[in-house]
Amino acid sequence: MEVPDVGEPDVKASGIEEAVAVAFRAEWGQVVATLIRVTGDWDLAEECAQDAFAQALDRWRRDGVPRRPGAWLTTTARNRALDVLRREAVGVAKLREVAVLAGDEPYDDRGGSAYDDEDASGVRDDRLRLIFTCCHPALPIEARVALTLRTLAGLTTPEIARAFLVPEATMAQRLVRAKRKIRNAGIPYRVPPAHLLPERTAGVLGVLYLLFNEGYAATSGADLVRRSLCAEAIRLARVLARLMPDEPEVLGLLALLLLHDARRHARVDDAGELVTLEDQDRGAWDRAEIDEGAALVESALRRGSPGPYQIQAAIAACHTTAGTAEETDWADIAALYGELARLVPSAVVRLNRAVAVGTAEGPEAGLALVAELEREGELTDYHLLPATRADLLRRGGRPAEAAEAYRQALELVENEAERRFLEKRLAECGA
Amino acid sequence: MKYVLFVCAPADDEEPVRTAVTALLHPPSDATTVRVRGDEVLLDDGPFARTEEYVAGVDLVEAADLDEAIALAAKHSAAGGGGPVEVRPVRG
Repeated sequence: MEVPDVGEPDVKASGIEEAVAVAFRAEWGQVVATLIRVTGDWDLAEECAQDAFAQALDRWRRDGVPRRPGAWLTTTARNRALDVLRREAVGVAKLREVAVLAGDEPYDDRGGSAYDDEDASGVRDDRLRLIFTCCHPALPIEARVALTLRTLAGLTTPEIARAFLVPEATMAQRLVRAKRKIRNAGIPYRVPPAHLLPERTAGVLGVLYLLFNEGYAATSGADLVRRSLCAEAIRLARVLARLMPDEPEVLGLLALLLLHDARRHARVDDAGELVTLEDQDRGAWDRAEIDEGAALVESALRRGSPGPYQIQAAIAACHTTAGTAEETDWADIAALYGELARLVPSAVVRLNRAVAVGTAEGPEAGLALVAELEREGELTDYHLLPATRADLLRRGGRPAEAAEAYRQALELVENEAERRFLEKRLAECGA
Repeated sequence: MKYVLFVCAPADDEEPVRTAVTALLHPPSDATTVRVRGDEVLLDDGPFARTEEYVAGVDLVEAADLDEAIALAAKHSAAGGGGPVEVRPVRG
């Protein structure tokens, strides 16, 4: 007899591959996270998750795509783990523990079982456990990033190596060492208790932001995998926002990433040169991302608990929601930088504030803030300090002093594109 | 789990080593160094040996996991005095 696979086998086959690919994006992190919880073995968890996705290609082609692919994949991976552990003659107690998962979260295709994302406390929290463990501060920062991409996002080791421009063997070793430290040092697999949660959450957000910036810094000629880091960071931030809906800073980070990402096509010109915000083609900005980011930051700020990511997102929203560069609300931006400077005592933030105040209230007000930084001996080797002073002096109609400040900035600048920009400005001062 | 806390002192502080234990340790890459500054517990993902400090004492402690061991290290009198405490897991 023929297999009951009548009609359009090709279309159907590619449809199944598509379904598995979609499930991989959506469910990989969840499957691995749950398997780590029940087996306590990171390598085994990855192996069994991989196996479950391979089986899905076969079985779904034969039986159709299950109603809840995530539950099917978790159950299949768990069964595989049981097989492996049995073959390795693991103790009865451990086997029972793994088997219990079947009773915990039965795969039931009629739906409405304990597995549903909304009410299964154990499974629902597994991904959070995994995020917090991958981003534990006792792990080196490069290892946190690599582990997050491997176990949560499902990138392969060669892909992660390419994204971070290191040899594959180096990345493989980094992942092995990180997993070894988690095991040897007893890094707990859990969502941190309340007294640790705020700083650990900030740590997780820091890893996602770093991930995004790695991708954002990659130029248009760079490897696609490298550029995909932005999308991965946004995807993980979305997962985190869903899992921690009451954390306004999580929403703030997601908003910030979306508002940056919206400008990705406009920030580099055809020659690969960076284009300043005011000169960017606003028509090339991603309207949907801007709308989503702006709405997110607004709803986050309404909670009345502002943090650095929310404020930075609010600043980005001021820029991206302005119809033209001239319509930008610099008074708002200056006020937001004032608040950011109170939350994050950083000289670079204060310098940005000086720029905003100089634009909002006039060059003299900005110069006063720059002078304050100079008096305190901050940022003495940073070319943007004299460059900012130069720009404010130029706009304030003091070309001779501006020229002198541009020369100071040129002595400190290292980046070629920025050097060319400063030299152009110096020439405009008629010196 | 068992952890050894290496208690460090600044190089100019000549306090003697207080305790001695025998334990086979995991490598320094599995170490976590804890420093306390005011209310903040600062973690470093490696050993402290890169600095000027020397080992002034050793404590063997029992803790459920690394977070609990870090909390013990942060409460150590030497950490309160500003010296780092390296937390190193003992081989099972």
